[in-house]
Amino acid sequence: MPRLRTILAAGVAGVALIALYPLGRSLARDSDLQDFAQIERGRKLATSADCVACHTRNDGGKPFAGGRPIETPFGTIVSPNITPDAETGIGRWSDAEFDNAVRHGVRRDGARLYPAMPYAYYTKMSRDDVKAIRAYLATVAPVRNAVEPNQLPFPFSIRWSMHAWDWLFFTPGEFKPDPAKSAAWNRGAFLVTGPGHCGACHTPKNFLGADKTSSALQGSPVQGWFAPNITGDKTRGVGAMSVEEIVALLKTGHNSVTSVAGPMGEEVADSSSHFSDDDLKSIATYLQTVPGGGDKPQAPVAQSDPQMQAGQAIYRDTCAACHGLDGKGVPHLFPSLAKAPQAHAPDATSGIRVVLSGVRSVATDKEPSAPAMPSFGWQLNDAQVAAVLTYIRNSWGGAAPAVSAGDVGKQRTDLANRDSQGARISATQGDRK
Amino acid sequence: MATRLPKKDVVIIGLGWTGSILAHELTDAGLDVIAIERGPWREMATDYPPNYAQDELRYHIRHELFLRPDQTTFTFRNKMDQTALPIRKWGAFMPPNGVGGGGVHWNAETWRFLPSDFTLKTHLTQRYGADFLPQDTTIQDWGVTYEDLEPHYDQFEYLCGTCGTAGNLNGKIQDGGNPFEGARSRPYPNPPQKQGFGHMLWAKAAAELGYKPFPQPSGNMSRPYVNPLGVRQGPCTFCGYCEWFGCGNYSKASPQTTILPVLVRKSNFSVRDNSEVTRIDRDASGKRATGVTFVDTSGNEWEQPADLVILCAYAMFNVQLLLLSGIGEPYDPAANTGVVGRNFTHQAMSSVDGYFDKAKFNFNPFIASGAIGMCIDDFNGDNFDHGPHGFVGGGYLAQAQTNGRPIQTAPVPKGTPKWGAEWKKNVADYYLSNLKGGSIHGSMYSYRDVYLDLDPTYKDRFGRPLMRMTIDFHDNELKAAAFMTDKYAEIVKAMGAKIVQKSPRKGPYDIRTYQTTHLNGGAVMGADRKTSALNRYLQSWDVSNLFVMGASAFPQNAGYNPTGTVGALAFWAAKAIREQYLKNPGPLVDA
Repeated sequence: MPRLRTILAAGVAGVALIALYPLGRSLARDSDLQDFAQIERGRKLATSADCVACHTRNDGGKPFAGGRPIETPFGTIVSPNITPDAETGIGRWSDAEFDNAVRHGVRRDGARLYPAMPYAYYTKMSRDDVKAIRAYLATVAPVRNAVEPNQLPFPFSIRWSMHAWDWLFFTPGEFKPDPAKSAAWNRGAFLVTGPGHCGACHTPKNFLGADKTSSALQGSPVQGWFAPNITGDKTRGVGAMSVEEIVALLKTGHNSVTSVAGPMGEEVADSSSHFSDDDLKSIATYLQTVPGGGDKPQAPVAQSDPQMQAGQAIYRDTCAACHGLDGKGVPHLFPSLAKAPQAHAPDATSGIRVVLSGVRSVATDKEPSAPAMPSFGWQLNDAQVAAVLTYIRNSWGGAAPAVSAGDVGKQRTDLANRDSQGARISATQGDRK
Repeated sequence: MATRLPKKDVVIIGLGWTGSILAHELTDAGLDVIAIERGPWREMATDYPPNYAQDELRYHIRHELFLRPDQTTFTFRNKMDQTALPIRKWGAFMPPNGVGGGGVHWNAETWRFLPSDFTLKTHLTQRYGADFLPQDTTIQDWGVTYEDLEPHYDQFEYLCGTCGTAGNLNGKIQDGGNPFEGARSRPYPNPPQKQGFGHMLWAKAAAELGYKPFPQPSGNMSRPYVNPLGVRQGPCTFCGYCEWFGCGNYSKASPQTTILPVLVRKSNFSVRDNSEVTRIDRDASGKRATGVTFVDTSGNEWEQPADLVILCAYAMFNVQLLLLSGIGEPYDPAANTGVVGRNFTHQAMSSVDGYFDKAKFNFNPFIASGAIGMCIDDFNGDNFDHGPHGFVGGGYLAQAQTNGRPIQTAPVPKGTPKWGAEWKKNVADYYLSNLKGGSIHGSMYSYRDVYLDLDPTYKDRFGRPLMRMTIDFHDNELKAAAFMTDKYAEIVKAMGAKIVQKSPRKGPYDIRTYQTTHLNGGAVMGADRKTSALNRYLQSWDVSNLFVMGASAFPQNAGYNPTGTVGALAFWAAKAIREQYLKNPGPLVDA
């Protein structure tokens, strides 16, 4: 919903864009702008790859014009402009240069990209796939927006260090279907491990930020959230959800047990809600076969534990009105804390964040409500938040490590240093107006 | 000097129920719509979240969600020969403020008016003769019929997820519903809410006296609901904080929980909040609106041109904006000419409290919702023969105790001291065994000397005259109140109450104590432009690209809460705009 000021600004910018337009169009490339089929294929792949999420500012930026700070464990990288603008975008890039960046992590000037750009996943796409994405990107409005992408602190600011990283962790190569598996499974595997780059958030990382491929999709901290386990594990992953439930979650943002928010909310809004149902079914089919961690089930914290007792009392006062005394919530509206995997994740980061800051789920065409939970950070102290989360995590058949007041305090401090969009304030200094 | 903004197809003044409905319908028709709202944007999780929504001091005593009288107010007097004074603290009604309007803080009682309510003058004259009508009454027919509005009542109920039991399904009377209601084309979208012990005991006693009790139609959800727009609500938790509160649980139908989530996703919709429209602008002919002028919180003045202006503010502000913009002839009660300000009405509420033996009765009044309750309609409208009684009109009778909130629920029988040991004892004795809020929802019909006009003395912060209310009860309403209160008291007595305390509505009209927020009329609809400001499609007779929504269109009030009818009229007008006006802009009714 554009506010008036935005509309005015957009109007002025629109005139400027039209003036720039022919310039963006005049530059050489070997993908064919008349080829509807290629452009359409590229649009779908770009949606699968969710290019727009990182390459668009989330405070009203122009699509693909870059400038969004991407938080990494090593500092902040700002996404570049990938509109066809000749000076500040990729208008002058050849298709080969574009392919080299997307699938091999090599910039036009030969420098290595940082793996915040998920080329380690995109390498699974074919050259034709990437050419199609290029063809599509060449049709979007060119935007003049110069971005200084590298704002990492020393020593990570030294790009040639990425040669070593790539040598250690990057395995280039297109996706190879497994003939023993169904077409749906192979399609799902391609989408998840390729353009969908699910593991970029959901796979645990080593100390250099590379995927621990042996525990793929088993959950990982990301940008102040915990991207949960999305393997076929029945308790920690999505194994207990039917294919239809997983499809509903990716399509609408909500299903009978859980809802998405935070970075996954953006993913659903920008990307998976636009996938075909067949692609979503394929993703679900594949995810259910991904092995979980095989960790031994842990014993729940005893009901008699003082933290559990306090937590139950707080839960009844402050949570039960929406989530129910039985923790079951209301399907598609209030998540079931009894069944949502995130509510019992080994890492409580997301739970703490939601309780402290509140959260709004995503709005999609199919389910526009975008229900929101209020913040409790002003009302509950660290020990109380820890108690109620410990209770939620260890009730209704669930079991997960207790949360301490210290855990909550740490996150309270972290959240105090984030802006309303959830970005670290230090990460955006000098960048935001 | 106002800054001129780019032209829109439609400008909507006020983003409450009717503004949201019209914005949705007209953006669906492909028009570019902007809504200008005087108050703030409002959201459940940030403005009335469940972790402090149940704050009686903040919302009920300190009026958090309402317009601040500092911003603007009305002047009030009972009689034409008195000097009106400004209202400095809201009392008899609560003007809403902000996105969602009254739809945020209502109780969500969602009624349909009776078929005979829409043809009131014709109906009563035919049945009782013109001489039976009260002297000086200006009641009139609406220009629309119940049958015209039925599909739109249905639309509004399905938008809201109204919970109830049908009493008349396609002409067949249904058990457990209101047998007096007009025929409905399909059942309510949701079953009625569960009722409390007190509500059910009252219904049992009413049935034993020969009446036909039924659950109150409620916009508090009896179960999770997905409306036709795909917007979801959760089940009501019976917290007892509805009226004057927002619902943070997504369980009360409001624009926020039914329609705004869809509206805000549309690229052809935008909104300016915290911006007050100061006038509707017209061209040199005076017959065409060119847009509106509004002022933001910084005092900047803006002009928003538009092809179509939809006035969707609270009833009183609709009338005020018409008068201040010089649209329609102002009503003159002495000469009985003019239309804007004419047929202003409110409600004539009465009540009965029952005090029961605490050893036998425990009503747990705190388990409640805004529109919980059991009702009878035997004494509403013209559902009974008024011949022997010497009055017209009526109302529904309901045991609809909506809360047991701590500050204001301290029921004590008359004669109890205001403080001290005996007061404490009586509060303790009767908190659980009192039935308060026996609601007698009396109609108020229109009279020549009850009206709205511009105050000659008091001005708002822009120097515009305040709206002046001249309002008092006439004998007809007081007689009806006394009659219905007696009937209600018989039911409470039959329930086994120790003490039955009657409070029939008495004159003069009191601006200090709350009745309802159902102010009506002043810009009424009708078939004759001499006695109405709007035609049957809520289109201004004088300025054909101006439509005026809301209860200001009611020629007189019925014995019900108005929102169901307000919603139905909004959909009715939207249909006329989409199907008739847009194809051929101009007056939809020749006059």
